[in-house]
Amino acid sequence: MADTDLNDAAPSRAGRLAKQVGGTVFTLLITFIGLLAVPFFISRVVPTDPVMSILGARATQAQIDATRTALGLDRPMWEQFGIYVWNALQGDLGTSIRTKAPVIDEIARYFPATLELSTIATIIGMLVGVPAGILAATKPGSLFDQVVRLVGLMGYSMPVFWLGLMGLLIFYGQLGWVGGPGRLDAAYDMMMQFEVEAYTGMILIDTALNGRWDIFQNALSHIILPAALLGYLSMAYISRMTRSFMMNELGQEYITTARVKGMPEVRVIWVHALKNVMVPLITVVALSYSFLLEGAVLTETIFAWPGLGRYITDALLVADMPAVLGGTIVVGAVYIGINMFSDLLYRLVDPRAK
Amino acid sequence: MTYLPFARHAGAAGLAALLMGAAPVALFAETPADTLVIAEAIDDIVSLDPGEAYEFSGLDLINNTYDGLVEINPTTLEMEPGLAESWSVGEDGMTYTFKMKAGITFSSGNPVTADAAAWSLQRAVKINKTPAFILNQFGWSAENVDSMITASGDTLTLKVDKPYAPTFLYNCLTAGVASILDAEVVKTHDVDGDMGGVWLNSNSAGSGAYTLKSFKPNEGYILEMRPGYWRGDAKLAKIFMMHVPEAATERLQLEKGDIDIARTLTPVELEGMAANADVKIQKDVGGQVYYLSFNQKNENYKNAKFLDAMRWAVDYQGMADTIMKGTVIPHQSFLPKGYLGALDDLPYSLDIEKAKALLAESGIAAPTVKLSVRNSADRMDVAQSIQNTFGQAGITVELDVGEGADQLKAYRARLHDATLQTWGPDYPDPNTNSSTFAENPDNSDEANNTGYLAWRNAYDPGAMTAESQAAVLERDPAKRVAMYAALQMKHRETSPFIVMFQQARNTGVRATVQNFYTGGAVDAAAYWLVTK
Repeated sequence: MADTDLNDAAPSRAGRLAKQVGGTVFTLLITFIGLLAVPFFISRVVPTDPVMSILGARATQAQIDATRTALGLDRPMWEQFGIYVWNALQGDLGTSIRTKAPVIDEIARYFPATLELSTIATIIGMLVGVPAGILAATKPGSLFDQVVRLVGLMGYSMPVFWLGLMGLLIFYGQLGWVGGPGRLDAAYDMMMQFEVEAYTGMILIDTALNGRWDIFQNALSHIILPAALLGYLSMAYISRMTRSFMMNELGQEYITTARVKGMPEVRVIWVHALKNVMVPLITVVALSYSFLLEGAVLTETIFAWPGLGRYITDALLVADMPAVLGGTIVVGAVYIGINMFSDLLYRLVDPRAK
Repeated sequence: MTYLPFARHAGAAGLAALLMGAAPVALFAETPADTLVIAEAIDDIVSLDPGEAYEFSGLDLINNTYDGLVEINPTTLEMEPGLAESWSVGEDGMTYTFKMKAGITFSSGNPVTADAAAWSLQRAVKINKTPAFILNQFGWSAENVDSMITASGDTLTLKVDKPYAPTFLYNCLTAGVASILDAEVVKTHDVDGDMGGVWLNSNSAGSGAYTLKSFKPNEGYILEMRPGYWRGDAKLAKIFMMHVPEAATERLQLEKGDIDIARTLTPVELEGMAANADVKIQKDVGGQVYYLSFNQKNENYKNAKFLDAMRWAVDYQGMADTIMKGTVIPHQSFLPKGYLGALDDLPYSLDIEKAKALLAESGIAAPTVKLSVRNSADRMDVAQSIQNTFGQAGITVELDVGEGADQLKAYRARLHDATLQTWGPDYPDPNTNSSTFAENPDNSDEANNTGYLAWRNAYDPGAMTAESQAAVLERDPAKRVAMYAALQMKHRETSPFIVMFQQARNTGVRATVQNFYTGGAVDAAAYWLVTK
């Protein structure tokens, strides 16, 4: 806590706000330039040549030169970066080298798929992870605690690739409880493309808005398994963190006081202690959410899910730098967004943070 | 224990939520009856413009949306008239006349004319994208193509710069780059002089059995049947292609009946599905050949006996059966099975004693081969098998394992000692492989002829260069076949190349699916004949 000299005139409220906003904008600006610059310059020094990956081994020198000029790769690097930033500011993230479609359009297609999946996954992770962690913390060493820890450990250590395939094999292949890879069955996919007005790109929301519950059900059956898988991974993390926050909180004197006063245990845990655990938990959930937004590459591959993580990875493998940069910027922006949102939540749950 | 009721509720609610989503699914497992659902890794697609597409998945799509003057029959893989009814070549061998079939229309309803054909070929040459070299071989360039390719009435005239073998031109005209486009439609979508290139990436404008309804890169495409296709209407109304990069996933979908065809299966999936009566495996060949080659900058590799010893020290059949598990077939000549003039015989087999004897005759004592191999599992397995059998014959093999791209770079710079590589033909004419395996016009370092595999191995094929160049000018098809046969025999006996395998394709299809043809080594897949 910084001490304020009482003799100093306190800055006006408006001034403080302006300073805060200015600070935030400045930080945002620096972050964004960093976000643009780091991948941009890395992309220019890696030895993979985008021109070769477009043209293949048979291209003539004339074709190579023409493509290089068309992509602007023959200009000085600073100039290329300047052009890139200028275009990015106007919402033009360039054209994908591989698919020749505007990157912004492609991201608009891939990002909703990822957002839909990771949001459901995070909700599952949170709904299961938080109560599990809390319950484990109230009876440390109990059978329940052991089970939660074991399940959490498995979520940490088992390769997601293997888990995903096993999940598909059992719940899709053997039991037939869930839909297979992809976002929809072929028949519904065609209905979705030609009969449904897409507002958000998130199938569950779009079909609900259009009242197409048949497609909605099919989409739900497809998303439930990958979402449960990712939800499990995030649950493993959330439950472990919740448990340790809760253990810490339950050892505090105010808890002892509450118990001594004869307050019911349910109230002690779910009201008093939980309130204080909320603040660090928000960070944990936000981190796990933002991780899922770009870190689900393997899950997206196994489930043939056209998500952003896979988009960026595929692009990286063929040195499609406009696509990589565009994807990175969107992920970065989402990170920043989620961070700001969790800051806002802190203020709501913790009056001291105002 | 006050918290238990909560846990019980949460658990019950979770289960209920899961079941609610899952329950209706079992009802919709089958694919729609009028739609062929295919799963394949289609992230190789760079373009759907016939003038630019040069990848397997893109060419499959183009084969079903466009036609050429000359076509390959998907069932027999023989050449047959396409949009041209007949053709002839002038006395000088440099002027070809194609008479167009009457009454064929593009999907827009516009008639297919000689004008459209001329414009399409001119366009492919002018936009000069990667596959343009297939057409440029005939002396066509952006500057002269308007006068070399001309149309008049229902007749298209192609002039070429040398009296090539007519089969050479016809074969090249079956390639995707020679597809005929609906010129009237494409011209209206010109953006900044791209001759419709951008528009063609998400639209089709051909005379094929299907039209492109939707394309999402790395996700899939949908084709819709067009009525009145000149080869007979497609049997199924729609093609639904789904990009599934993971082979194990494809297998699950196929066994479940969510897809009709799985095209990216590996030996592991094939073995696993062998017992499933709902699924069958269709086998045919692809165009790729697997070979060993030896850099003649190392004098040892100029020794004919030593090269011969190595040829008898390779376990061709064993590797194909055990390591490659049906993904290749033994093949020992540079033209893949299915190509004009290809040799299917297998003169070499594993014979350690013979190899030892030949090595002794070569006079090279205790030779060491440094074999560059890319770090993928199947290549490593092949390399280790070679290491083993060469070892038995008294030849030490040191493996140099690295990234595919790095190894290719070293190979193109002639820095390798020996290498294990694959080569895929560029167009459906024997010249594509003959010109690279058996020709090397200038073996000097300065020539930097990296396009010639012979040059990459510092190999001067001597008279074979001229013989291969003559074969492409031989106008008698039977003589041409004989020339390639002779070339391949000479090549496999004398060159520092050991061709070992040809790619085999394994397609998983539902038991009810009939008449799916992949195009073998020479063509792309045909969807329009498929029934299910």
